[in-house]
Amino acid sequence: MTARSVAAIASLTMALAASAACVSFYEIGIETPIQAKLDTSPFQRVLVMGFLSGGTQDVDVNSETVRLLRSQLRTKSNLKVIDTDVVSLVDVVDKMKGNVAAPAAADDEPAATAAVKNTKSEIRSEKDLQPYEQIFADVEYWKKLGEEYQNPLIVTGVVYFTDINKSGIVETPREVLDPLGRRQVVSVRQWMDRKGFAIAPKFIFIDGRTGTQLYSDSYREETLYSAAQNTPALSSYFELMDRLIPGFLNTLSSQKIKSTRVLLK
Amino acid sequence: MRARIFGMCLLAALVAVPAYADRRSDAKEQVAFGISVAQKGLWKEATFRWEKAVELDPTYSAAWNNLGIAYEQQGKFDDARKAYDKAIKLDPENQMIRQNYDLFREIYDRTQRRRHR
Repeated sequence: MTARSVAAIASLTMALAASAACVSFYEIGIETPIQAKLDTSPFQRVLVMGFLSGGTQDVDVNSETVRLLRSQLRTKSNLKVIDTDVVSLVDVVDKMKGNVAAPAAADDEPAATAAVKNTKSEIRSEKDLQPYEQIFADVEYWKKLGEEYQNPLIVTGVVYFTDINKSGIVETPREVLDPLGRRQVVSVRQWMDRKGFAIAPKFIFIDGRTGTQLYSDSYREETLYSAAQNTPALSSYFELMDRLIPGFLNTLSSQKIKSTRVLLK
Repeated sequence: MRARIFGMCLLAALVAVPAYADRRSDAKEQVAFGISVAQKGLWKEATFRWEKAVELDPTYSAAWNNLGIAYEQQGKFDDARKAYDKAIKLDPENQMIRQNYDLFREIYDRTQRRRHR
């Protein structure tokens, strides 16, 4: 080893030691408190009865959403969750429409049944659900429901869950060896066909005493996998709902968002 | 006459530099103590220390940054935004302050949207 290389190593060591001694930042975990969006103090009970739902036929989106929200509210809110049968709001609206359109029905088929059959097959996109949303403005319907269950907070809304296909450039990490034989991770861009699922729920909170809307919140999430991967729809549904649940719960109760920040000296 | 003015300016500068250095050094002590108590979860004490630090030296960007974090931890979002804004104004090239601010803005914007709904 020459004197020059010894000097170079020594100066490098000193520089490293100096930079180590000058550490002037510290990562720290914080919990940011977020206030509840809705004042739930007038309510002791919550009713999650059903949603307008549509999209893929692989998952019963209405039943799964009701079950999931009820279990989350049971463990993570102070409200008592009312247990009832799950109701499909699409069917409720169809029945309402069916009654109105009774004279137009076929002779050998009840009007309501005909209406249900016609409309159910038509829900292929989010737009198809829009005409049904008039039910959320039907104050009398919700007030009557509220009276039936002793004036709870009613949670309802729209949930559209569908499969999607997308192609495009995707960056994937790949491990490579550099000229000195060290392992490095580089991102590689490649064209990929991908498929997955998208969910677009709108949660609506209704005052069971008056039948009026108190608050509503819309979300949209999607998840994509490589075309070769076969992920069940139900598993994707729960993956996507997991992302939305904190936001939903924050409507009814205060939440703390955990994250990290850098303190400086 | 010109020499006298120059002399007075020089004297003023000589007096001011150590005074500024003293204030920065005191502020640094407050910031360091604030960090040590924040790491133990004593955020109110940390806030008090960092408020003192910016009072001693209002040009100390690190102290404003830490104060922003402390306010955020306590849910004082408007105060946090003002503190981060000050830190960025004083040290616009500091990527760590910028990163803290961006993460804060994600939460802050959400709460603001909610307030205006």
